[in-house]
Amino acid sequence: MKLVVNGEEHVVEVPVETSLAEVLRDELGLTGTKVACNEGHCGACTVQVDGMPVLSCITLAHTVSGRVTTIEGLRDHPLVAAFVRADAVQCGFCTPGQVVSAAALVAASPEPTVDEIRHAMAGNICRCGTYPKIEEAILHWRD
Amino acid sequence: MARLIRTEKEVEGRFEEVWLVVEEDPLSQWPAGPRDVVGRAATRKDALERVRGEARFTADIRLPGMLHAAVLRSPYAHARAARVDLAPALALPGVRAAIGPDDAPGLETEAGYVGAPVAAVAAETDAQARAGAAAIAVEWEQLEIVVDPEEAVERGLLHGEPERYERGDFDDAVAHADVVVEGTYTTSVVLHNALETHQSVCEWVGDRLDVYTSTQYVWGVREEVAKGLGIAPDKVRVVCEYMGGGFGAKNSAGEFTFAAAVLARATGRPVRCALTRREENVAAGNRNGTIQKLTAAARSDGTIVALGGEFINALGWDGWSASTEGPMKMLYACDNVRTVRSTAKINTPPMKAFRAPGFVEGTFGLECIVDELAKKLDLDPLEMRRKNDATSNDGTPYSSKNLAECYARAEKHWERRHEVRARSDARWKRGVGMASQVWYGGGGPPSYAWTRVGSDGRIVVVTAMQDIGTGTRTAMAQIAAEELGVPLDRVEVALGDTARGPYATLSAGSSTTPSVGPAVRAAAADAKRQIVEIAAQRYDLEERVLDIRDATIVSADGNLSVDLTEFLSMLGNAQILGKGARGPNPTGMSVLTFGVQVVEVAVDVETGEVRVERVAAIHDVGRIINPLGAESQVEGGIIQGIGHTLSEQRLLDPETGRVLTTTLDAYRVPTIADVPEIVCEFVDEPDAHLTNLGSKGLGEPPIVPIAAAIGNAIRDATGADVHGLPITREEMLRALKERRGAPAAV
Repeated sequence: MKLVVNGEEHVVEVPVETSLAEVLRDELGLTGTKVACNEGHCGACTVQVDGMPVLSCITLAHTVSGRVTTIEGLRDHPLVAAFVRADAVQCGFCTPGQVVSAAALVAASPEPTVDEIRHAMAGNICRCGTYPKIEEAILHWRD
Repeated sequence: MARLIRTEKEVEGRFEEVWLVVEEDPLSQWPAGPRDVVGRAATRKDALERVRGEARFTADIRLPGMLHAAVLRSPYAHARAARVDLAPALALPGVRAAIGPDDAPGLETEAGYVGAPVAAVAAETDAQARAGAAAIAVEWEQLEIVVDPEEAVERGLLHGEPERYERGDFDDAVAHADVVVEGTYTTSVVLHNALETHQSVCEWVGDRLDVYTSTQYVWGVREEVAKGLGIAPDKVRVVCEYMGGGFGAKNSAGEFTFAAAVLARATGRPVRCALTRREENVAAGNRNGTIQKLTAAARSDGTIVALGGEFINALGWDGWSASTEGPMKMLYACDNVRTVRSTAKINTPPMKAFRAPGFVEGTFGLECIVDELAKKLDLDPLEMRRKNDATSNDGTPYSSKNLAECYARAEKHWERRHEVRARSDARWKRGVGMASQVWYGGGGPPSYAWTRVGSDGRIVVVTAMQDIGTGTRTAMAQIAAEELGVPLDRVEVALGDTARGPYATLSAGSSTTPSVGPAVRAAAADAKRQIVEIAAQRYDLEERVLDIRDATIVSADGNLSVDLTEFLSMLGNAQILGKGARGPNPTGMSVLTFGVQVVEVAVDVETGEVRVERVAAIHDVGRIINPLGAESQVEGGIIQGIGHTLSEQRLLDPETGRVLTTTLDAYRVPTIADVPEIVCEFVDEPDAHLTNLGSKGLGEPPIVPIAAAIGNAIRDATGADVHGLPITREEMLRALKERRGAPAAV
């Protein structure tokens, strides 16, 4: 199958039951995408497909025809600096997924309100509780 | 000079007498308040790699030829594996090795809970390993199950003897009190659910074992693995550079590490063993539930004269019994206290430390009943607490205590209650509550650090500790930068590898910063002393007139001002190496952390929904190294505590002992939508008796008082007494109904 990830086309041979997260992490070595629950409940594995946030752990790789963007494709996004500035990272295991979700949000709504942030980010669990800082980072992502 | 001392060592509120070699710590503390680097907000040294997904966690380690291991777990809450046949697993495609009970520490024939590890399989893929584990044929003999902690106590199914404590004459004090309040409080089992599950990758290199593991204690894993496998500790190298959360559950090696190590030896290939989320929620530890039958008695002027508690720690099959009675013994100056704690051994998954174990549970009961007492006496809860504030820890003086200052700073938040209540309407009732906090957090020796100064003027702090997400790496860099008189960006910290740095303590018990921090400062001071010695020779000046400030070597008279990097450039490949050790804790003193939280809630009296709207947290943990990181710790603790209080609950099928809430869908941790406004303040007064820093730990204190403060705010808002965690809508509606005088629906 063919997969376009961060603007690059890849050809991979994987069984039909393989998830997008497995292809990204194990076939392409893009380990920035984390798998924390592997059943679509926590948001750590969030990537974008054609700009929309998608849970890569419950997405079959063979069903993906759009352009995939992972945290590796967003490393220079202003949100990264905003997260660092706001201390919106503790252990960091959920953080790439948070940034990917937030990037989709600010692309659709460049000046999101607190309510919009809370709505868009509610699927990304952070067990360390960095939420206040994540909210601050997204509110001030272009500063 | 090294000194041998006999001392009491505290970890997570547990004490043991140990011999310790300590080195003198001749540095005097810096004056209070922000310095050039210490005490000023710093973004994390490792933020960028964590945010960009470049940080390599154990979960990301892929070694060439690596196999995957899966663990077979007991389907029964209590059973004995009479026969374990590995052959069916070995016949499956991709399976390379299988081990059963007694082949590796942690795999056992007697299973005391659903999920107890029995056997393990290594295969080419994770799916093949899981298929292999499922194929192992086990003949189970089922044994009797007990999952009810009260039944276990009645039948004497206990871990150890009940722990008893008494001071004064409790019965007499209750008999002569003006007011007595009694109540039963319960806290339910909650699960850590760090986002990186428990996991290890093991690889044998000759006769050395490399263990990459998600741990809070690289040295503890090293010792445990060496002992478990019967090899020398130096033959075990434990690595954990980035770690995806622990909260207390990752202090030990675990069966997954041993299974990976033994399977790696059997196959000659690296083996990875990672728990799934569902295994994590069954077999990776929990905060045990408690039942607390409490009594509080006072005189009409508000003096608390007696406190009593019968506590049951529902520990599960294994774990250790934390001091749920601790807050009752320590928070108030009450002369008459009697407690007994029984530890039920039941067929449920084992307890592991979870962020201030015992004190989180005990503070909920104590601080709620103290408020009920205040209400009965018609006294202001803040005044009640001030009046009864303890002046010593059961006779032992404090190294420092600024709880009175915390109370003073809480006043402005407490004053908001009239305005908050006034915003109530027919459906949403609003109110304000408070609770205080006492907990450990002083750390202790031993811990060591090295500093390495290169001719480029950059400094590396080397210490084999771990940063589990608390920001300790950054705090260590700040301490070294401050001592050496250089900006923070000149300092890196190399950590997380037992083969490449000196011993440092575990990242638990709020102990990392107070334990390792002073060693880092000592190591930086040692390097600085050597730089000054060299500069004195180079410029023919006395050492005592030289100092390093703003990365510049300066003399007291101002005549000498040489850029540090320029000066060091003459070193070439030579390096200046400093070493430092953590000095002893003050003898005869109790090192404790204190704080108070004021919470505003809104309660929907129709549906029982509780919303936490605002939390003001004031904590006294000595000197603050990094105010930004400290604030993050407080926010994180409060949010996790709100989860414990309102939504998190491990549910168990009482018939089979099976955990029902094994997913992050069923087990409800807080999301960003649940977060209140959080206001955070620190007293920031160095503990004059504690180390060269005067800093205590902060990982745990913020989670201690939040549940009681929410419970007390609910009472303020509605008049209802909540006695059980979590305060689900059902519990809230039950309490409201009880308040209205109707019989409680159970």
